[in-house]
Amino acid sequence: MYSFVVQSFAEWRSCSRALLNAQVPPDQVIFRDSPVQATLFDDESAGEQSWSALVRVPARGHKVPQAFLDLAHAVSCHRDTDRFQLLYRLLWRLTTNEARLMEVITDDDVHRLHQMEKAVRRDSHKMKAFVRFRKLVTPEGEQFVAWHRPDHRVVRLVSPFFSRRFPAMNWTILTPDESVSWDQKELRYGPGCSRDHAPDGDELEDLWLTYYGSIFNPARIKVKTMIREMPVRHWATLPEATIIDDLLNDAPRRVAEMIARQEGHARSARDYLPAHQTLKSLREAAKTCRGCDLYCEATQTVFGEGPADARIVLVGEQPGDQEDLAGRPFVGPAGHVLDDALQQAGMDRSEVYLTNAVKHFKFEPTEKRRLHKKPSARESSACRPWVDAELRLIKPKVLVCLGATAAHSLIGPGFSVTRQRGQFVRSDWCEHTLATYHPSAILRSLQSESLRKLLIDDLKAAKHQADNS
Amino acid sequence: MDIQEKLSILADAAKYDASCASSGSKGTRAGSRLGSTEGMGICHSYTPDGRCVSLLKILLTNYCIYDCQYCVNRVTSETRRARFTVDEIVRLTIEFYQRNYIEGLFLSSGIIQNPDYTMEQLALVAKSLRVEHQFGGYIHLKSIPGASENLLEEAGRWADRLSVNIELPTPADLQALAPEKKPPEITDAMDAIKQRLDQYQSDRQAGFKVARFAPAGQSTQMIVGATATPDLEILKTASGLYNQQKLRRVYYSAYSPIPHADARLPGMSPPLVREHRLYQADWLMRFYGFGSSELVAESDGNLSLEIDPKLAWALAHREMFPIDVNRAEREMLLRIPGIGARNVDRILRLRRHHAIRVSDLKKLRVAWNRTASFVQTIDHNPALKQLDAQGLKDRFKPREKQLLLFDTGQSALDGEF
Ligand code: SF4
Repeated sequence: MYSFVVQSFAEWRSCSRALLNAQVPPDQVIFRDSPVQATLFDDESAGEQSWSALVRVPARGHKVPQAFLDLAHAVSCHRDTDRFQLLYRLLWRLTTNEARLMEVITDDDVHRLHQMEKAVRRDSHKMKAFVRFRKLVTPEGEQFVAWHRPDHRVVRLVSPFFSRRFPAMNWTILTPDESVSWDQKELRYGPGCSRDHAPDGDELEDLWLTYYGSIFNPARIKVKTMIREMPVRHWATLPEATIIDDLLNDAPRRVAEMIARQEGHARSARDYLPAHQTLKSLREAAKTCRGCDLYCEATQTVFGEGPADARIVLVGEQPGDQEDLAGRPFVGPAGHVLDDALQQAGMDRSEVYLTNAVKHFKFEPTEKRRLHKKPSARESSACRPWVDAELRLIKPKVLVCLGATAAHSLIGPGFSVTRQRGQFVRSDWCEHTLATYHPSAILRSLQSESLRKLLIDDLKAAKHQADNS
Repeated sequence: MDIQEKLSILADAAKYDASCASSGSKGTRAGSRLGSTEGMGICHSYTPDGRCVSLLKILLTNYCIYDCQYCVNRVTSETRRARFTVDEIVRLTIEFYQRNYIEGLFLSSGIIQNPDYTMEQLALVAKSLRVEHQFGGYIHLKSIPGASENLLEEAGRWADRLSVNIELPTPADLQALAPEKKPPEITDAMDAIKQRLDQYQSDRQAGFKVARFAPAGQSTQMIVGATATPDLEILKTASGLYNQQKLRRVYYSAYSPIPHADARLPGMSPPLVREHRLYQADWLMRFYGFGSSELVAESDGNLSLEIDPKLAWALAHREMFPIDVNRAEREMLLRIPGIGARNVDRILRLRRHHAIRVSDLKKLRVAWNRTASFVQTIDHNPALKQLDAQGLKDRFKPREKQLLLFDTGQSALDGEF
């Protein structure tokens, strides 16, 4: 009987090579992985004697498949005490009369080898995933230290991975069996140690927990999947695990809130569109629109006006103070600017159709007057069915958007009036759509004269296009 | 607003994106001082929703000029808004990576100003990580449809993977819920990426040394259950994407109730099981040779929620069974319920040595209760006589439906089963 204390793959390999040379069958050998155990059963010198006897046997070449060596390397990290025994038995069978044994994966020994290898592989993977470094700032520089508790003895198997991943960091991983350090040049192994040797916090952990809590979707709880992939025994070293209970407890409330906070276009002008659509029926229906809250404060709906067969449609943003009172679009100061520009461009107001993207006046009341307020994206989207319907009926040859609100609503949210002003583009309603300044911009601008000129130019271009198509 | 608050807003807004995997890159970038892409697909943590945390998945900003109804960031939603600077994202990525919290960065964004501007910012983050910090970890950038081609080129140079979201399964769905997003813009962006990928490959094969371009390829995501479109249409779209655009992955994201959602959308999410079934079907299309139409057996065009699609297929095609595990060809072995591709390969190897028995299959850990009635072995397989039984299907139905909802088998993300 031969007996050995073997702790690493390399030791097992040289032992086994010698045993094979001497043709010692597996039932004549006992491999142990700890000297303490060995002394319990037989006297320590027995192994050494047999070893010296073995090495005198001349070496012979033994061929085994690489697949076996790879598996054996992994399995040697398994915690089971009989792993080296199993490996030698397989080695014996492979080299005596079962050269293709590795292919018979349902053989009991081969099967067990695979099971063990799988456990080691899984544990290595978990080590790569669940090591959490904590940063220490020391006089010598930054040091990253982790405490991890693997199931198997995988430190040596996995640490080269960490050295490739974090080459420019000084790091240490502590485990109960063994520790490893990297100083940006080489890996050094040391004894295992308990958890109190590891630092217990890192300034970044708060941010990490914030991230972890936010990326989790409370509307889809799958605790079993989480536990299968992240076994509870690893939670002790994962900072984020401390908030799992809180996240779960809070999940029903968050989901209820997500559902309760539903909003949006439960209401929109869509619900007020008449079944039979003409400009007249639309105008009538729009009077009672409650598609968004703007109707509450405004005096009345200001619908578009102009001939139903207009070749050119102009769309502004929303009615202003005077339009709200009069119930007609473009009658205030901006309307005068527009009238004037139309005239200079050789057009008559009565031949174009004038309307707004939003049909109610939005304002902020001050002591003296009602101050115009830009409609929100929600309001313009709620109101859009009206413009859509108007444009569907009129089918203009040219569509002119006055200002950004109209341009964003009708051409697309990415449209930039500053950069793309005056260019014809295609929109869903009209082959020739053009955006230009809103006449009220001219009233407010310091360079009003140059803007006015551009507005007139663009209107001229619109007329030219309409005349020629 | 401090970084913590931004992080909570911009990670929260990213949680509806299903893609998380950090796989597909071969080899780490040369000269990296921090990070690698070996050990692909390491999940560093799992959240109680069963999904893995592999990447720092955030938005650059949740401001957006578009108004897509299924999206919490759409312009008309009254959600809290925030925006990271390029530098903040770079720092977060590096610091998280150094602690081994993550495999890299998944960066997406609401569209601000215009597609080009947004894309430029995303590419800047990736460039800074690579060039200034020699970061070798994984980077996935969401491309913005409508961004110019040279920006895609730039993004692909620094990123491992690019993706463009198809968003919804059909053009009609898109028209209904996101009229401002045009299907052509989305497919144009995918085409542009595919062309660059092809170009890169042929240049490499011709022996030129060319800059890497998105080595992990491209992927996409579609939202499922926000419209009435059935599974068959969804799978057809996916299979088109795999075949024509050579996408690496299609992610399905069960529409989840979002705060500030449009009231026209369903308030509760459809069962997560549906999402899981889609991943299974997708997996069968990619690795098992199934066609989309074969997989959908139900008359309403949907996958069965009760049993997995492979089993459903087998039950509907009993004339093809039993399959003799000792003689059948690989394609047929792949069609046996309960036997995965890895076990098929093992069976093929094993049967060169000895004839396969029931005990071999059990040792290989095939899902025997699903497999039993469909296979012929060299020895007696008593379960075989049930193959033609009327009630066979009922044996596989889950006893309690509720259980199924919360325990949807293996990872819904890789679809493997
Ligand atoms: S602004 Fe438009 S949608 Fe809102 S109430 Fe007025 S007409 Fe209706």
